[in-house]
Amino acid sequence: MYDFAYHKPGSIADAVKILTDDPEARPISGGQTLLPALKHRLAHPTALVDLSGIAELRGIQRDGDRLVIGAMTKHYEIQTSDVVKTAIPALAKMAGNLGDTQVRNRGTMGGSLSNNDPAADYPAAAMALNATFRTDRRSIPADEFFQGMFATALEPGELLVAIEFPIPTKAGYAKMRNPASRYVMAGVFVAKLADGSVRVAVNGAGPGVFRQEEMEAALAKSWSADAIAGIRQDPDGLNGDIHGSAEYRAHLVGVMAKRALAEAG
Amino acid sequence: MPQVSLTVNGKPHSVEVEGRTLLVELLREKLRLTGTHVGCDTSQCGACVVHVDGESVKSCTMLAVQAEGADVTTIEGLASADGTLHPMQEAFREYHALQCGFCTPGMVMSAIDLVMKHPEGLDEKQIREGLEGNLCRCTGYHNIVKAIAAAAEVMHGRRTELAQAAE
Repeated sequence: MYDFAYHKPGSIADAVKILTDDPEARPISGGQTLLPALKHRLAHPTALVDLSGIAELRGIQRDGDRLVIGAMTKHYEIQTSDVVKTAIPALAKMAGNLGDTQVRNRGTMGGSLSNNDPAADYPAAAMALNATFRTDRRSIPADEFFQGMFATALEPGELLVAIEFPIPTKAGYAKMRNPASRYVMAGVFVAKLADGSVRVAVNGAGPGVFRQEEMEAALAKSWSADAIAGIRQDPDGLNGDIHGSAEYRAHLVGVMAKRALAEAG
Repeated sequence: MPQVSLTVNGKPHSVEVEGRTLLVELLREKLRLTGTHVGCDTSQCGACVVHVDGESVKSCTMLAVQAEGADVTTIEGLASADGTLHPMQEAFREYHALQCGFCTPGMVMSAIDLVMKHPEGLDEKQIREGLEGNLCRCTGYHNIVKAIAAAAEVMHGRRTELAQAAE
């Protein structure tokens, strides 16, 4: 790992200032992805800005019909939160099934979403639940936030502060994990929102999270596994590698969607 | 150079480190606490697991500076001053939950966190899933799982003798 300067600001404003003044500085939240990347010298930041000292970035709150999760909230806190388990049980379950215990004790929701790994779990939840990303300067809807592999709408120096999830009437998630790496081969999050609209998000299978609009339309008419039984995910553009072909992943999308529906009830 | 102040196994330390110094490097190279092992160095194997403020973390995937002000416990900090082993260590011995022993410090630290998070008790499936972040290349895990089940009973006061918990 190359060396870097280390800063631990106490406020969002201070963190943004450091990141703005030095474009080569990078924020670090739980570090469970960034530190392995730095060890491989995939990045060479001049400075790391540790966000763990900023209290306003943490916490879980129910605000009317929305669940608001601070960007620095750890997976383990989300997994075990009674507020999350009551409001969006599928989200608590997702948090408890990613990485391992030690990763969940350090890693954060905001860190994972800002990184937007195609195989990460949270992007599927945020996309399907139509989450809003609150940053230090604006609010970004999920449909605009995710911009393909490891890319988001965040500008240089812009910090994710909290994620607001509209509380759905039904939600479920299922994923097929690579048996060795445990990363997602294909995952599907299905959600029926309070206004009756349906959103279906696919992660792991493509270069970034995407919505499966054919399934959304079918499920809006009839919320059942039968409604999507005839829908074939197009393999064009999906990931194909030594772990599975694009056709295999396309098939998995259909299977995971049905399992996610069963989870959602 | 950054200075990091932390408590390790009950003793306060103030150590000069680099920004990039990992917590495990601080423990092994600066404090000479070599019970914490480095296996993969890619946050997969769990040989480096220690407790930071009571929670198990992979010390190869945490910077030393991130442990500023933290209370760290390593494998060396588990046994009593008189040498009495922690119930988890005792269970690993009793159930022969190791062969080469390289993964053992991390296994024991992860197992203690797992048991502490489940005062209601743990079944075999939960123990196996709870060890997802720890790899053992010798034992096939069976005796590790048995040891953790037995230690859990002792740690939560449901049994006093390890042998009684054995099935």
